[in-house]
Amino acid sequence: MSDAEITTETPTGHSRRTFIKGVIATGAVVSSSSHLFRARSLSASAAVRASMPRMISLDVNGVSRSVDVMPQETLAMTLRYKLGLTGTKLGCDRAECGACTVLVDGVSHYACSMLTNTVRDRSVTTIEGLESADGTLHPVQQAVIDEGGFQCAFCAPGFIMSMVALTNENPEPTREETAEALSGNLCRCGDYNKILNSAMRAAEYARRMV
Amino acid sequence: MAVIRDMMPAFELFQPTSVDEALDVLERHDNTWVLAGGLDSMDWFKDRIKRPDVVVELGSVSELSGIRVSGDGLEIGAMTSLRDVAASEEVRSRFGILAQAAAEVATPQIRNQGTLGGNLIQDTRCWYYRGGWPCYRAGGNICYAGTPRSMNREHAVTGQSRCVAVNGADTAGALVALGAQMMVRNPGGERVYEAEDFFIGPEIDIQRMTVLEPGDLLTHVRIPGDWAGARFYWEKVRDRKSWDWALASVAAAIVESNGTIERARIAVNGVAPTPVRLTDVEDLVQGMPANDDTGMAAGELATRGFKPLRHNDYKVPLARNLVRRAVRGDAA
Repeated sequence: MSDAEITTETPTGHSRRTFIKGVIATGAVVSSSSHLFRARSLSASAAVRASMPRMISLDVNGVSRSVDVMPQETLAMTLRYKLGLTGTKLGCDRAECGACTVLVDGVSHYACSMLTNTVRDRSVTTIEGLESADGTLHPVQQAVIDEGGFQCAFCAPGFIMSMVALTNENPEPTREETAEALSGNLCRCGDYNKILNSAMRAAEYARRMV
Repeated sequence: MAVIRDMMPAFELFQPTSVDEALDVLERHDNTWVLAGGLDSMDWFKDRIKRPDVVVELGSVSELSGIRVSGDGLEIGAMTSLRDVAASEEVRSRFGILAQAAAEVATPQIRNQGTLGGNLIQDTRCWYYRGGWPCYRAGGNICYAGTPRSMNREHAVTGQSRCVAVNGADTAGALVALGAQMMVRNPGGERVYEAEDFFIGPEIDIQRMTVLEPGDLLTHVRIPGDWAGARFYWEKVRDRKSWDWALASVAAAIVESNGTIERARIAVNGVAPTPVRLTDVEDLVQGMPANDDTGMAAGELATRGFKPLRHNDYKVPLARNLVRRAVRGDAA
């Protein structure tokens, strides 16, 4: 595309919506807007430099993904808004509700409360990464469906990731151990009994597969 | 606090790979913040209450992680996760009280990411302070939790000094009871603090919870062998069975012979701005039989002089009974 063509397109082509889309698509614009809205002036040069994104490589669900990440960006933000992995939910954004639970090197973490830059050399698994290539569901997912484990299910991805961590670490959990393992996840519908039933069934399915 | 669901304010992120490098970054910049697991820090950042220009994230400093045998005791890196502390065979078999305390912190996800050092130096949970109110601790000139109409059910019953907030670190009481030492480094070198001196109250500095000043790093916790295999007692009382800070907790290491207490080290937390070592009680119970009478006397002495606020007088009998159970030797 030549410069002339760009010039002719520009006046009509920029609605607010396309600007916002552009912002999402290009981390550089996000970073420059982030300091526009800061209370401190541009003279806080260290902080302004800090808002520059950096292209890093993340191992997400077994795939290496290149992505522009800002220093203060949380993993939940990167997964949802940069990589389009919206299965990871943001509930409280305060390490309280567990909706954002993902596995980092197989261990459960709150993605809302870790910086993306801290998982550069580690492998991240989200709810999207559970089913196998041929579409077979993970035993935990199958168990949740068979038990009808959730009502509204906003919390389900987080609970399911915690259940996967549990079945990996403890193949034969008691109901009490299961409750403890899921104590970092909240369900506002109050489906805890059905969720525990799902987790117990999931452990059973996982044992059968081994 | 309102939930702000956008980016935290920008900061410059350093991810050093050695303690020297971390100290160097801290020395070269102003308005710095040391990030361990981040679970305490990120609330402050997201709420725009603490706004560092430079964040030094320690996850890549391998010398700060891990548990190793040192002499007759253990040395635990400050960046060791609470999960690893709770699961460590060395910790469980010899200093079980620390494993128990670490295992009862918050939730699995938080223990997986949160570190021993971060748990120890976490800021207080006083909600007036956390909510950004300009109290003494935040540099203002009032304590919102100490007024006649304040909501102060979770606040201090002793050791108040203008500020009435409590220390919320579960592992702190356990380490005081174990006679642990905190190793702190800054560009000037290394200093070692007894656990009970590491935590400071508002009468010393109302804006800090520990001796750490900007530029200091807590690098390791050293646990001497003195109390290895003692009879331990840990109990944490909270409003629900999981995911909560303690209303009060007790940590005790007691060495007995033939039913008589030879020596004891006891700490309570959640009742004061610092964990409180009960040296008077330790002296009292020495040479006494480990039974309920001794426990009662210990509990009475432990809570003598407590000054509850409007809504937290329940903490006095709570602490009294916790000490009583610890001394008489209930199954934990």
